[in-house]
Amino acid sequence: MRNLRADERMSIELRSLYQRHGYLPYRVNQFEEYDLYMRNKRFLISEHVLAFSDMDGKLMALKPDVTLSIVKNTKDSADTTKVSYAERVYRVPRGEHRFKEIMQTGLEVIGRVDDYTMGEVLALAAGSLQAIGPRWALDVADLDIVSGILEPIEESVRAQMLALISEKNLNGLRALCRAQGVGERTAAQLYSLITVSGPFETTLPVWERMALPDACREALCGLRGALEMAAQGCAGRINIDFSVVNDMRYYNGLIFTGFVEGVPTSVLSGGRYDRLMRRMGRSSQAMGFAVYLDQLGRLLDRRPEADVDLLITYTEATDRRALLAAAREATAAGESVRVQRAGETAVRSRRTLSL
Amino acid sequence: MINVALPKGRLGDKAYALLARAGHPCPAMQEDNRRLTFENEAIGVRYFLVKPSDVAVYVERGAADVGIAGKDILLEYRPDVFELLDLGMGRCRMCVAGPKDFRDDPTQTLRVATKFPNIARAYYSAMSREIELIHLNGSIELAPLVGLSDVIVDIVETGKTLAENGLAPLAEIVPISARLIANKASFRFKGDALRALCADVERTMQA
Repeated sequence: MRNLRADERMSIELRSLYQRHGYLPYRVNQFEEYDLYMRNKRFLISEHVLAFSDMDGKLMALKPDVTLSIVKNTKDSADTTKVSYAERVYRVPRGEHRFKEIMQTGLEVIGRVDDYTMGEVLALAAGSLQAIGPRWALDVADLDIVSGILEPIEESVRAQMLALISEKNLNGLRALCRAQGVGERTAAQLYSLITVSGPFETTLPVWERMALPDACREALCGLRGALEMAAQGCAGRINIDFSVVNDMRYYNGLIFTGFVEGVPTSVLSGGRYDRLMRRMGRSSQAMGFAVYLDQLGRLLDRRPEADVDLLITYTEATDRRALLAAAREATAAGESVRVQRAGETAVRSRRTLSL
Repeated sequence: MINVALPKGRLGDKAYALLARAGHPCPAMQEDNRRLTFENEAIGVRYFLVKPSDVAVYVERGAADVGIAGKDILLEYRPDVFELLDLGMGRCRMCVAGPKDFRDDPTQTLRVATKFPNIARAYYSAMSREIELIHLNGSIELAPLVGLSDVIVDIVETGKTLAENGLAPLAEIVPISARLIANKASFRFKGDALRALCADVERTMQA
């Protein structure tokens, strides 16, 4: 295990966590029809897709995402499917201008997503963060609460409001509410989406006391159940934070984003995506999350103090059989050995033997 | 320790003065030297001086927890950060400017010179106007004078430079001012300190 890169090591650890909870391993094809991504462009983190023509002239793509492939291959049925995966995906990371190969792991539930399942998925998201780093934060929001509050707002302005909420831009949101003549009560609720955030133990009661539309009340009830389940025996911080709001064409209900101290961007994101299912002609419910391991290299890869345990140097005069014997003796004892000519630039070793 | 990225120059000086008044001073900042980082360990704050257009990069990638950046930079580069406060300083306007007597000919592609290609493209595409974008790095006002472009999209503060060159603002795209931005992950792990800093600044602005 010690020679594995941090992302590979973490990928194995997380997959084992998911499989212990009955999320069966799932493998998707490396290539996917390009059309699948073009039809669901906005679901992707970046819209750029690496495409190529297959032997029969069909336009194919190196997959930039795993969820779409899993959904495509799942049929509506009375049973619930729970799967986990670890795959390489190809996309342009935010703020960059080149394609990158990214190790991604995650899990999906497709079928019936009830209160227990929501709590289980959220708890596994918290467990994944816990495995990555000691200090982490999982920010959770519910899109049904957001859409309940946005109900009286004109549809063309909603996307703009969501963008301001995700920037925590209170000044901007106030200005927009004034310009749109939004009623006092709705405006106050919209501002709360920015101001009432933080550990759920203290912020959820504030939300529960607010006079919100009925649809929001129901969502709050589900949110409490899932959060309490996820928080059981967990050492990190679970926050309510509506800046994680995402594209409402695909997501609904619970959504969340995870951070680990030491990494400047989110390392985990997920949520309910029943709307994506409808868009792809399925009637099942669905929920899942992905962990992006590309960011973790610098956090987890501590450069070892030595490249090898033993460095053996030799000269023209060294007896070759004695050299081979010394190297074999060390490898047989479980040490790593580098044999090289004396005078060459040395690798870093715990001990050195000159023959 | 909170790391703050400040833009070098006048805006940075003003922003630092505001932060110092708000209870986050760093005496080393006032010394005249060529250092790029200044620390006040006692109150846990470290300031960096960086090129104004780079502030958002430092904050987005977490090298700085917070920073002061112009709204022009935020609109142009769209960094993935929180925009916590409008500091109300460095006020100016993003404008379309051109010769005073400019008449737009809608049958022709409009040639637009600018340092802000994304803002210019978004503005004209919302009007379905076809443009030819000319990306320049400075002296934008020269472009229409020598026939490189028909108009420019640039920041207008007083309009003096424009007027001296026979140009005038033709339309305002968006008002600009300095904003306090924060890294999204820092906000999760140093949230209390960042919220306190934000509240201190807001109180000082209103005083």
